[in-house]
Amino acid sequence: MTRRRVTVMSPRTAAARRPRYPVSREIDEQTHLGEVYMRSLLRTQFRLALLVCTVLACVVLGLPMLFLLVPELRAVHLAGVPLPWAVLAGLIYPMFVAGAWLYVRQAERNERHFEDLVERQ
Amino acid sequence: MSLAAVVIVVVAAILIGAFGLRLSRTTSDFYVASRTVTPLWNASAIGGEYLSAASFLGIAGLILTHGADMLWLPVGWTGGYLVLLVLVSAPLRRSGAYTLPDFAESRLESMAVRRTASVLVVLIGWLYLMPQFQSAGIVLRAITGAPGWVGGLVVAVVVAVNVLSGGMRSITFVQAFQYWLKLTALAVPLVFLLMAWRSGGAPGLSEHDMAHWQLPLSSAKEYGLYSTYSLILATFLGTMGLPHVLVRFYTNPDGRAARRTTLVVLSLLGAFYLLPALYGWLGRIYAPDVAGTDAVVLTLPGRVIGGTLGDVLTALVTAGAFAAFLSTSSGLTVSVAGVIAQDLLGGGAVRAFRLATLMAVAVPLVLAVWARALPVADVVGLAFAVAASSFCPLLVLGIWWRRLSSTGALAGLFVGGGLACAAVMAQITGGPYGGLVGALLAQPAAWTVPIAFFVMVVVSFLTPHRVPLGVARTMVRLHTPETLNLDRGDWRSRSS
Repeated sequence: MTRRRVTVMSPRTAAARRPRYPVSREIDEQTHLGEVYMRSLLRTQFRLALLVCTVLACVVLGLPMLFLLVPELRAVHLAGVPLPWAVLAGLIYPMFVAGAWLYVRQAERNERHFEDLVERQ
Repeated sequence: MSLAAVVIVVVAAILIGAFGLRLSRTTSDFYVASRTVTPLWNASAIGGEYLSAASFLGIAGLILTHGADMLWLPVGWTGGYLVLLVLVSAPLRRSGAYTLPDFAESRLESMAVRRTASVLVVLIGWLYLMPQFQSAGIVLRAITGAPGWVGGLVVAVVVAVNVLSGGMRSITFVQAFQYWLKLTALAVPLVFLLMAWRSGGAPGLSEHDMAHWQLPLSSAKEYGLYSTYSLILATFLGTMGLPHVLVRFYTNPDGRAARRTTLVVLSLLGAFYLLPALYGWLGRIYAPDVAGTDAVVLTLPGRVIGGTLGDVLTALVTAGAFAAFLSTSSGLTVSVAGVIAQDLLGGGAVRAFRLATLMAVAVPLVLAVWARALPVADVVGLAFAVAASSFCPLLVLGIWWRRLSSTGALAGLFVGGGLACAAVMAQITGGPYGGLVGALLAQPAAWTVPIAFFVMVVVSFLTPHRVPLGVARTMVRLHTPETLNLDRGDWRSRSS
C-alpha cells in the first residue's frame, strides 16, 4: 500500500482566491454556479405559480363536488340569492382578481430578490 | 332602428379601417405604439378582442337553456386568465415570440414543431371564427328576416376588407374602445331591464325552475358532473392557447407589464361577465320560449320594456353584438392569416398575406353555412378544448420544464390536438350523440388534456437527445427580468 504524501502549506489567502466573477457572467457562460442561480429563480417562481394553481384547483374543482355531495348547500340563500349563483355569478370574480394581485406582488418581489442577488458584487 | 345601428357599426368599422391605414403602415408601428400603451389600454384591447359573440350572446342563451351549470362558462373564460397569468404571461412576453408558432420554434429549435403549431393555430382560429359568422347570421335574420348566411357574409367581407387594408391590425385604441362599447351595450339595457323588473313587482322564477333550473347538477343532462369538470378544464387551460390573445401580449414593453396587464384583464372580464348571468336569469322569467337559441339578449329589451325605449335599447344591444363579431373576427383573422402566409404559404410578401386573408375568412364562412348550427358558446368551447389539449401542454412544459424534447412536443401536439380535433369534427358534422360517448365527444378536454401532457412528458423522457441545445439560454431569456444585463441569445421572431 502506497502512501500519498501531502505537502502542507500555509494558505496564501490573497492569491488562492479566484478573481471574483460577477454573477451575470456566471449565468452568461453557463457555469455550474450560474445554473444554480437560474434553477433557484425558476424553482421559486414555479412554486409560487403552483401554489396559486393548487388553490384555484381546490376552489374550482371542489365547488361542483361540494354542491353534489352537500345538496343542502344549494338551497342556502345569500341575501336572497341562491348560494351557487352568489358564488359563481358574483363572488368568484373578485376572488380571482385578489388572487392575481397577490401573485403579481409576490412574483415581482421574487424577481427583485433575484436582481439583488445577481447585481450584488 | 336596429338595422340602422348595425349599419352604423359596420360603416364605422370600415372607416376606422381606412383611417387606420394611414396611421399604421408597417408592423413596426405596432412596436412603436407598445412603448406608450399603458396596462389599462392594453388590457381593454385584450378584452375587446376576447369578448366574442359567445360572451355577448351565447352565455346568456346557454344559462337560460341549461341553468346554473352554465355559470361555469364565464367563470372559466375569466379564470383562464389567472392560469395564464401565473404560468405563462411574463415568460411568454420575454420569449419575444409574436405568435404561438414563433414560441414553438424559439423554444424547441425545430421547424417541424413550428409547422405543427401553425396548423393548429389555423384550425383553432377557424373553429372560433365559424360561430362568430353563424351568430351574425342569426342576428341579421332576427332584425331583417334575411337568410342566415347573409349576416355571416357581411361580417366576413367587412373583416376581410379591414384586414386587407391593414386597418384594424395595429390600433390598440380601437380594440380598447370595443371593450367599453360592449360593456356599455350590455350594461345600460340591463339597468333598464332591472328597473322594469322591479316596477313590475319583481316576479320570481316558477316553482319548477326554482327546484331544477336554478340548481347546479340538477338538469336532465346525463353525465352532468363529467361535463362540468371537462368544461372547467377546457376553459381554464384553453385561454392561453388562443391565437389572437398572444399577439396582444407583445404590445407590453416587458414581462412585468405583461403581468400587470393580465391582472387588469381579469378585472375587466370579471366586470363584464357579471352581466350575462343576469340576462339569463331575467330571460328565464320573461322569455323562456327563446331557450335553445342565442336570442335572449336581443329579445329581452323589446319584450320587457317595449315602446320606443325598448327599440332604442334593442338597437344598442344589436350594435354591441355586431361590434363583438367584428372585433373578435378581425383579431382572429389577422392572427390566422399571418400564420398561413408566414408558415404555410411560405413568405411574408403582401400577395401571400392577401391570399391568406381570403383563406382565413372563406373556410369558416363555408363551415358556418354548411355545419350544424350549434349554440355559439358550445362551438367556442370546443375551440378552447383544442387549445387546451395542444398549446397548453406546449406552453406550460416549454416554459417550466428543461427536459422537453422537440420530439416530445411534436408527439403531444399531434396526439392531444388530433384527438380533440377528431372529437370536434364528430360533434360539428354529426351528432348529437347520446350516452357516455356523447358526453366524451361534447366535452373532450377532460380526457384529451391529460393524454396530451402524458404523451409530451413520456416521449421527452424517451428522446433525451432531442432536447434543444440552447435550452439553458432560452430559460435565461424566458425568466430573468429585462433590467438585468444578460446574454439572452440572438433569436428573433421571423413574424416581425
